[in-house]
Amino acid sequence: MPSVEILSRIQFAFTIAFHYIYPPLSIGLGLCLVIMEGLYLKTGKLLYKEITKFWIKIFALIFGIGVATGIVMEFEFGTNWATYSHYVGDIFGSALAAEGIFAFAMESAFLGVLLFGWDRVHKAVHYFSTIMVAVGSALSALWIVIANSWQQTPAGYRIEGHDLGARAVVTDFWEMVNNPSSMDRYAHVIIGSFLAGAFLVMSVGAWYILKKRFVEHAQAMFKVGLSVAVIAALAQLFTGHRSAHYVSKYQPAKLAAMEGHYDSLAVADMYIIGWVNNKEEKTTGIKIPGGLSFLTHGSFSAPVEGLHATPPQDRPRAVNFVFQTYHMMISIGMTLIGLTLLALILLWRKKLFQQRWLMIIFAWAVLLPQIANQVGWYAAEVGRQPWVVYKLLRTSDALSKKVTADQVMFSLILFTLVYMLLFVLFLYLLNRKIQHGPDVADDHDQYYPNNLANLPS
Amino acid sequence: METILGLDLPTWWFLVIGGLITGYGVLDGFDLGAGSLHLFFNKEESRRLVLNAIGPVWDGNEVWLVIAGGALFAGFPLVYGVIFSTFYIPFMLFLVALIFRAISIEFRSKEPWTWWRKMWDISYTVSSTAITLLLGLVLGNLIHGLPINKEHEFTGNLWTFFNPYAILIAFTTLSLFMLHGAIYLVMKTENRLYAKLTVLVNNCSKFFILCFILTSMATLIYIPHMTHQFKNHPQLFLLPMVAVFILLNIKRNIDARKYFTAFFYSCIITSCLLILFAVGLYPNIVLSTTDPAYSISIYQAASSNKSLKIMLLIAAVGTPLVIAYSTFVFWTFRGKVKLTDMSY
Repeated sequence: MPSVEILSRIQFAFTIAFHYIYPPLSIGLGLCLVIMEGLYLKTGKLLYKEITKFWIKIFALIFGIGVATGIVMEFEFGTNWATYSHYVGDIFGSALAAEGIFAFAMESAFLGVLLFGWDRVHKAVHYFSTIMVAVGSALSALWIVIANSWQQTPAGYRIEGHDLGARAVVTDFWEMVNNPSSMDRYAHVIIGSFLAGAFLVMSVGAWYILKKRFVEHAQAMFKVGLSVAVIAALAQLFTGHRSAHYVSKYQPAKLAAMEGHYDSLAVADMYIIGWVNNKEEKTTGIKIPGGLSFLTHGSFSAPVEGLHATPPQDRPRAVNFVFQTYHMMISIGMTLIGLTLLALILLWRKKLFQQRWLMIIFAWAVLLPQIANQVGWYAAEVGRQPWVVYKLLRTSDALSKKVTADQVMFSLILFTLVYMLLFVLFLYLLNRKIQHGPDVADDHDQYYPNNLANLPS
Repeated sequence: METILGLDLPTWWFLVIGGLITGYGVLDGFDLGAGSLHLFFNKEESRRLVLNAIGPVWDGNEVWLVIAGGALFAGFPLVYGVIFSTFYIPFMLFLVALIFRAISIEFRSKEPWTWWRKMWDISYTVSSTAITLLLGLVLGNLIHGLPINKEHEFTGNLWTFFNPYAILIAFTTLSLFMLHGAIYLVMKTENRLYAKLTVLVNNCSKFFILCFILTSMATLIYIPHMTHQFKNHPQLFLLPMVAVFILLNIKRNIDARKYFTAFFYSCIITSCLLILFAVGLYPNIVLSTTDPAYSISIYQAASSNKSLKIMLLIAAVGTPLVIAYSTFVFWTFRGKVKLTDMSY
């Protein structure tokens, strides 16, 4: 049987990757909902109310699974990574507690009003609740990214005790919160989430347009999605650059792995596409010579610290994996900019919704930000190895001492089965909701059912 | 040691976590209980009504668990690690039950097919009951104590958790939540469903009273550290007396059909029992049955003073906000439950 470490890592990676399908969608959808409902209040058009209601139902589905899988994450720190929990509790715990009390509570409470409160509260109160849900979901991400960023670039702490009793203790809360990478990474994560939500909205809109159903509604939602996506895709270029910059400064080994750069005396290239042979320590592919040197030092001929500068036991081993995931993220980011700008131009020339081929692309493009969000995190987390807290605590030292491989195997199998079922159900119900579409006003009974038998489920 | 109003910081944080767990018990307690009772309702309409009675609030109630977990992580990281890794399998089952419960609520009414709804109804009841029993089991073991060695490592196995006392506590928790949930539901329903619930409430109160008596006797006989606390601080005897008094009041209000008052008292009794539990542990959190000297006290487990102070501030700002949101939601959805097009 594989070791407890490998199993625990697989379990954590699997459960968090699965979880991360949902929160970015809720964050992005939250923003879209604020815009849609805002348009309804501003114009008074029933159409906007209908698409808002439609997307709130989908939001609730996504949020529900996000919460259920998110609670697992919180407790896994304690179950599988007890040593880690003890080590970082002072710092990580406070960020997690702040997330619960400031963000998650807000989001969950107001979601009830959002879903069930249409006839119970004033329009303005309902809109306020929508804003609170959107803000809550974005704040959730803030605290979680702060906690994770502290693991990448620890700050505002000191180490107390030694060996197995050692732990990091807060010395300056704001320095901890505002550690060198947290704000840049938060911007990158939140904009990635906006893209995920906006592309889901556009995908459904495009699909209706292709099927010639709810065309008016579809065009309206597509425009809302596009307005978010255009700005987000362009902004992501900027935040991505900032993130790369912090990595070059604070985690040079990770950056070297991202570009497959080994020799510290050499000029570093930037690859568009490539392959790393970790055994021979060689990287081949299409590249911009000196590109990484320019990114790091502003000069195409300056040498950049390579993987060789870090002892083998202290640097990431899965170099090609980091390289590929990082490059996939960038390629997708560029594609998203191209796609959204193209759509914007066509919209401006009033030709967008007639381009069937582009609608087909947009119907599928919902997968792109999802993949980019996933692989971006793979690069960030695998690139941090072998450290769980950068340069302070090794992943292999972070485990629960008394948990056995059998136990982790049991829970891993359990989660795999449950999550597969969950994913199938999610896709099935999402598809059902999309097939059903928004409830349109001329079917008056759907809105004001006077008997129970009439109720749509 | 630094103190605020005469209490040191770890004690304050012990109180905060206790408060959060109590909040969780009081709030999620009734919707978990409603879940355990779900299969007692046979008609489709009744099932939808009782599900929608908790519809707008159950998610917000569960947040208290997340906050309590985060608070334990932040305040007592050592204990957080020890408890969760010790109860590895029970907690994994607990997490899976939480997932199933959430999706059962979310999915059951999405399809009209009888088999589909029946499947999720069963899953909803089973998972709600499992969550309650597992919580009770963990609680029971924490009161009873665990075989913990000098290095704070658990030396027992899975069967260690299934001692008679912990099992009794598990069922007491179930009976408490079922009573709490039944009172909540009777408040939220009308007509025939209401009539059916009045009978159910009565039966739940009997079940709970039986468990309450058994637990009190078992605790006095088998849990000596609990009685020690009472011997040392006789004023603590007020607590069980208040609990008994409230128990009688619940029964009286149920008989008088004053369900709102009964619900208020069932909130209080949940708090009372958790306070008793906390009193029995303090100043320890994890009791070692191997040697009392190996027990983990709040002082050994606490985060740094600085961190505790920051988080007390966070809690002081955050808790009123959470209470304000919750009050707003409960107020919005006050009164008898009605089905609308957005209902489950």
